[in-house]
Amino acid sequence: MSWLLVFPIAIPFATAVLAYLWRNGAEGKWISLAGSIGSLIASGLLMSAVLREGVIAGQMSNWDAPFGITLVADYLSAVMVVITAITGLATAIYAMGEIEARLERLGYHALFQVLIAGVTGAFLTGDLFNLYVWFEVMLIASFGLLVLGGSKAQLDAGIKYVALNLISTLVFLSGIGLLYGLTGTLNMADLRGAVAAVENQGLVTVIAMMFMVGFGVKAAVFPLFFWLPASYHTPSFAVSAVFAGLLTKVGVYALMRMFTLVFVGDVGFTHEILIWVSVLTMVTGVLGAAAQTDFRKILSFHIISQIGYMTLGLALFTPLALMGGVFYLVHHIIVKANLFLVAGVAQKLTGDTDLNRIGGLYKSSPWLAALFIVPAFSLAGFPPLSGFWAKYLIVMASIELQAWVITFFALLVGLLTIFSMTKIWGMAFWKPHPDGIEPVPERIPAAVRIPMMIPIVGLAAMTVGIGLFPEPFVQFAEVSAAQLLSPTDYVDTVLGVRGMAP
Amino acid sequence: MAEDTDPNAPWITFAGIAPAAITAALFVWFLGHAPTIAAGGSIRWAWDWIPSLQVTLSFWLDGLSLMFALLITGIGALVMLYAARYLAGHKQFARFALYLFLFMLSMLGLVLADNLIALFVFWELTTFTSYLLIGFSHADPKSRRNALQALLLTAAGGLALLAGFILLGLTQGTFEISVLNAGGSLAGSAWYLPILILVLLGAFTKSAQVPFHFWLPNAMAAPTPVSAYLHSATMVKAGIYLLARMHPSLSGSEVWLWTLTLFGGVTTVFASIMALRQIDLKQTLAYTTLMALGTLTMLLGGSSGYAITGAMAFLFVHSLYKAALFLTIGLVDHATGTRDADVLGGLARVMPITALAAALAALSMAGIPPFLGFIAKEVAYSGATGSPLWPLVILLALAANALMVAVAAIVAWRPFFGPQGRLPRVPHEGPWAMLLGPVILAVLGLAFGLLPGLAALIIEPAVNAVMGTPDTGGRLKLWAGFNLPLLLSVVTLALGAVLYLRHQTLRERIARLEARGPDFDAGWDRLLEHFMAVAKGQTRIIQTGRLRDYMFVTFGVLLAAIVSGLLARNVGGLELALAGLSVREWGVAGLIVAGTVATLLTSSRVTAIVALGVVGIGVALIFIIYSAPDVAITQLLVELLIVVLFAVAALKLPMLDREGVQRHRPLDAVLAVGVGAATTVVLMLVTQAPFDRRLTEFFEASSYPDAHGRNIVNVILVDFRTLDTFGEIAVVVVAALGAYALLKGGRSLVRRSGDAAEEENK
Repeated sequence: MSWLLVFPIAIPFATAVLAYLWRNGAEGKWISLAGSIGSLIASGLLMSAVLREGVIAGQMSNWDAPFGITLVADYLSAVMVVITAITGLATAIYAMGEIEARLERLGYHALFQVLIAGVTGAFLTGDLFNLYVWFEVMLIASFGLLVLGGSKAQLDAGIKYVALNLISTLVFLSGIGLLYGLTGTLNMADLRGAVAAVENQGLVTVIAMMFMVGFGVKAAVFPLFFWLPASYHTPSFAVSAVFAGLLTKVGVYALMRMFTLVFVGDVGFTHEILIWVSVLTMVTGVLGAAAQTDFRKILSFHIISQIGYMTLGLALFTPLALMGGVFYLVHHIIVKANLFLVAGVAQKLTGDTDLNRIGGLYKSSPWLAALFIVPAFSLAGFPPLSGFWAKYLIVMASIELQAWVITFFALLVGLLTIFSMTKIWGMAFWKPHPDGIEPVPERIPAAVRIPMMIPIVGLAAMTVGIGLFPEPFVQFAEVSAAQLLSPTDYVDTVLGVRGMAP
Repeated sequence: MAEDTDPNAPWITFAGIAPAAITAALFVWFLGHAPTIAAGGSIRWAWDWIPSLQVTLSFWLDGLSLMFALLITGIGALVMLYAARYLAGHKQFARFALYLFLFMLSMLGLVLADNLIALFVFWELTTFTSYLLIGFSHADPKSRRNALQALLLTAAGGLALLAGFILLGLTQGTFEISVLNAGGSLAGSAWYLPILILVLLGAFTKSAQVPFHFWLPNAMAAPTPVSAYLHSATMVKAGIYLLARMHPSLSGSEVWLWTLTLFGGVTTVFASIMALRQIDLKQTLAYTTLMALGTLTMLLGGSSGYAITGAMAFLFVHSLYKAALFLTIGLVDHATGTRDADVLGGLARVMPITALAAALAALSMAGIPPFLGFIAKEVAYSGATGSPLWPLVILLALAANALMVAVAAIVAWRPFFGPQGRLPRVPHEGPWAMLLGPVILAVLGLAFGLLPGLAALIIEPAVNAVMGTPDTGGRLKLWAGFNLPLLLSVVTLALGAVLYLRHQTLRERIARLEARGPDFDAGWDRLLEHFMAVAKGQTRIIQTGRLRDYMFVTFGVLLAAIVSGLLARNVGGLELALAGLSVREWGVAGLIVAGTVATLLTSSRVTAIVALGVVGIGVALIFIIYSAPDVAITQLLVELLIVVLFAVAALKLPMLDREGVQRHRPLDAVLAVGVGAATTVVLMLVTQAPFDRRLTEFFEASSYPDAHGRNIVNVILVDFRTLDTFGEIAVVVVAALGAYALLKGGRSLVRRSGDAAEEENK
C-alpha cells in the first residue's frame, strides 16, 4: 500500500538522476518524458486506490505515526498528485520542443523532475516538518530553473524569488518550531488532537497567523505576492507553465490542509482575516493584470487574482465553498499552465510577448487562436468551460452565506478577467502584426511546433471536458470538501486506528 | 476587407450551404410541433447534467419558446443563405459561418432551456459568439473596440443575472423555470426585490435598455447579416424573452410595472429620436431596433391580455420586418457601396425586387393596414389604454410609433423612390440568394396581416405562456371596429407623415441637441480610462520592482499578523525568569547581541560577515550549554564555512550602496526590532507551557533496541525521519548542480548590484 504513495515521489527523483547523467545527448528529454509518463501512471494508481478505499496512509521507514514520517493521500492530495503529473507530462512534452540543447546540458530536465518530486511530496506528506523539506526541494529546483538561462532579467527575478520565498520558509520553519514546542508532535493528523488540547488557545491563534503568512507568501496572496509577478515572465515558457500551474497551488494546498485539519479552533478570527485577504488578492491581482501589456505578465497577475478565489473557498469554510475551492484549484492548474504554453507558441510565432509589438495570430494561426480562447475564456469563467463551474460554486457559496460584498467582488473580478483576457485576444490575435509579419504556424519548425502543440491541445480538451461533463468532478470536489471539513478518516488512518492491516 | 476576398470563389460551399440547410431543417421540425403547442400542449426533455448542483439540461417547448424557436431557425436559415452570398469568397467565411451557426444553436438553447443555470450557459454563449461576430472585421480597431464594449457590457449584466438566478434557485428551492412559474408571483417573497433587480440588470443590458443601450448601435460594426440576425431579430430579444419567460414569477408588483414602463418608455422615445438623427441607414435601423426593444419592455410591464398580446405580436412582426429591412440595406450597400441616406435614391428602377421587399417591410413597420404591423400596433395601443399608467404609456407609444412611421419612410421610400445622389458604384439588382430572405420575410408581414388567424396560431400560445394562464385569445383582428386604438393609429400616421417631411431639418436640430446631451459612448471610454488609471496606479504602488520594498512589506505583514493575534486573543502573561540564568548564559547572550550590533553598524562586508559568524558561534555555544555537542559541532562547521566562503566572495563584490541603504535604515530598524520582539514573545509564551515529551521519550526508548543506534540524533536523521534527510540531500545536490550550471552557463552574473533591481519593470 505505501508503495503507491512512494512511487509518485520516487519516480521523478529517479528520472532526475538518469536525465542528468544523459543530459548531453538527445536521451535526456526522452528520459524525462518516460519518467513523466511513469509518474502519471503511478499517480493514477494512487488515485484509483484512494477512490476505492478512501484515505490511504503509509508509515515511512515503518515507524508508526506520530514517531516517523507518514505519507497520506485523501481525495485532495490524490487529485493534486494526479494534476501535478498531468502538468508535468504536458510540460515535459512541451519542453521537447522548446528547451534548447544548451539548457539541457545544464541539467534542465533533472531540475524539472526534482521540482515535480518536490511538489508531489508536498501534496503527499502528512508531516509538518517533512512538508518544509519538500518546500525547500521545490524552492531550490525552481530557483535553478528560473536562473538557468543566465540572463540578467532572470537573475534579477531569481534573486527576488528566492529572497522572498526564503522569508516564507523561515516563517514556516519558525511556526513549526513553535507548534512543536506547544504540542510535542509534527504529525499533522496528530497535531489536530494535540492542538485542540492546548490550553493556551490564544497562542495557537498567534502561531496560526504565522503559518498563514508563511503559506500566504507561497500561495501569493495579497500583500505577499511580489515575488510572482517579479519572476514568472522571465524563464522559459515550459518552466513558467509549471510554475504557474503548480507552485502557488502548493501554498494554497498547505493553507487548505492546515486550516481545515489543525487550525480550526478560532475560525472566527483566522478565516475571517483570510476572507478579506482573499478578496483583496482577487482585486489587486486582476487590477495588476489590467495594467500590463505583456502576455506573460498579464497571465502572472491573473494567477494571483485566481488564488484569491481558491483561498476564499477555504476562508468561507462551508462545504459548498470548500468544494468550490477544490474544484477551482484543479481547474486553474490546467487552464493556467495551458495559457503559458500558448504564450510560448505565440512568442515563437510573433517574436515577442509585448502585446504592442505582436499581432496577427487570429488570421494566420486560427488553431492557436481557438486553443487560446478555450483556456482564456475558461479562466474568465465563461460557460460551459471549467472555470464557469468553479466560479459558480464560489459565488453560490457566498450567496448562500448572504455575504453580498464578497459576492459582488467575486463577480466583478470575473468581469475584469474577461477584460484582460480579451486584451490579449485583441492585441495578439485580432490586431494585425505591427511589422506586417504573417505569423503562420510554419514559422516554427515542425520538430519544435508539434511537441509544443500536443500539450496545448490536450489541456484544452480537458478544460472543455470538465466544462461539459462536470458532474464527476463536482462530486469528487464534494467528497474532498467533506473530508477536509471532518477529517476523522484522515486522522484515524494516519494514526492507525483504521485500516492498518499489515 | 477587400484583400481578404477572392472574387472568383464560388459561394456555394459547404460552409455556405450546410448551416443554412441544417437550420432550415430545424425550422421545419419546430413547425411540425406547432399544432401540438397551439392545442395547448408542451414538450419537455431533460437530462441530469449536474445532479449534485441541481443543474439539469432541460428543454421546454411551449408557446413562448416555440415562437422564438421559429423566428431563430426561420430567420436564421434565410440569413445564413444570404450571408453565404454576401461574404462569398471571404477568406474567413468558414469561421464566420461557424460562429453564426453556433450562435443560432446557443440562441435556441437559451429560449428552450427550462433550467435557470442551463439558460444562463446559453445566454453567455450568445454573448460570446456575438463578440466574435461583431469583431469579424478584426483588423479594424473600431470593430475590436465595439466588440469588446458589447462583450463587457452584456457580460456585466450576465454576472448580475447569474447572481439573481442563484438567489432565485437557493431561496425557492428549484432551478426549473416551469416549476417556479407554476408557483405564481414571487412578489410577496422577502427576496423578491434583490432577485428582480439582478434579473432586470441582465435583461436590460442584453436588450440594450437606456442607459445600457449604447453598445447596440456600435455592434453594427458587424457584417450586415449579423446585424440583421443577432442585433435585431434574435439576440437582443433575449432580454425581452427573459422578461416574458419570468413574467409569471416576477411580475405582479408595482416595482415591476414602474421599472419596465419607465425604462422601456425612455428607451423607446430616446431611440426613435436618435433614429431620425442618423445618416447611415444601418444606424437608423439600429436605433429603430432599440426603439422596439423599449416598446416591448414597456408592454411587458403590463399584465393585461392586451398588453401581453401586443408585446408578443409586436415582437413577432418586428423580427420579420426588421430582419427584412436590414437585409435590404445590406443589398443596397452591396450594390452601391454606400448606406448614406442623403446619397441613396431612385434605386427602385435597378433594384425592383429589393425595393418591393423594402416597401412591404416598411409598411408593416409603419403599421399600415392590412399588414401585421398594423394589427400589432392596434393591440399594443389597446394594451396601453388598459395600463394602470395609461396616460404615460399611450403618450410614449404614440411618440415612438409616429417617429417609426417617419423612419420607415426614410429607410424604404427615399433610397428607392427619392432623388439620387452620386453613388460610389453602378447599382444592380442583388443575387437571388440574397433576395430570398428579405422577400419572404416582407411578404410574411403582409400574409399574416391578411390572415391574422394564422399568426394567432403562433402568437396566442406565446401569450398564454407569458400570462401563465390561458388568455381569452381572439385579440388579433384586422378590423376591431371604431375605437380608441384606431383613432390613435390615424394620429400616428398623420404625425409620422409630418415628421418625415421635415426630417432633414429635424435631424440637424437633434444633432445639435445630442451634442449637448450626455454622450454614453464617450462615457464608456472615460470609464475604461479611469479604470486603467486606477489599475496602473495601484500596481505601481504595490509592484515597485525593488526587493527592499517587497521584503519590508513581507516582514511588516508578519509583524502585523503576530501582533494582531497577540492583541486580539488572550495569550496569558509573560513570566520573565531571568533570575535563574547563570553568568555563562548571560555571557553567550551578550556575545550574540554584540555580534548582531556589529553586523548592523559596520560598513564593510567582511566585518559584517565575521560579526555574523560570531552570532553563529554564540548559537553553537547555546547548543553546548544544553548538551547537544553534535549539533553544536555541525553549527560551528557551517558557520566557519559560510564566513570563509562569503569572505572570499565579498572581495569580488562592489562596495555597498551606503546612501540607498541609509535612507531606509530607521524604518528598517523599527521593523526588525518589532519582528524580533514579537517572535521572541511568542517563543517565550510557548516555552512557558510544559513540553509534551512523547516523541522524545519514544526516540530515547527505541533508538538502541529497535533502530540499533546509540546516537539518537543520528538515528532520527537516518531512520526515524529518513525522508527528511533524503529531501535535504536532494536540496544540497540540486543547489550544487544549480550553482555549477550558473557558473558554467551564466555569463556575467552580478556586475553592479544596483541595476538588477530595476530589471523587473522593463
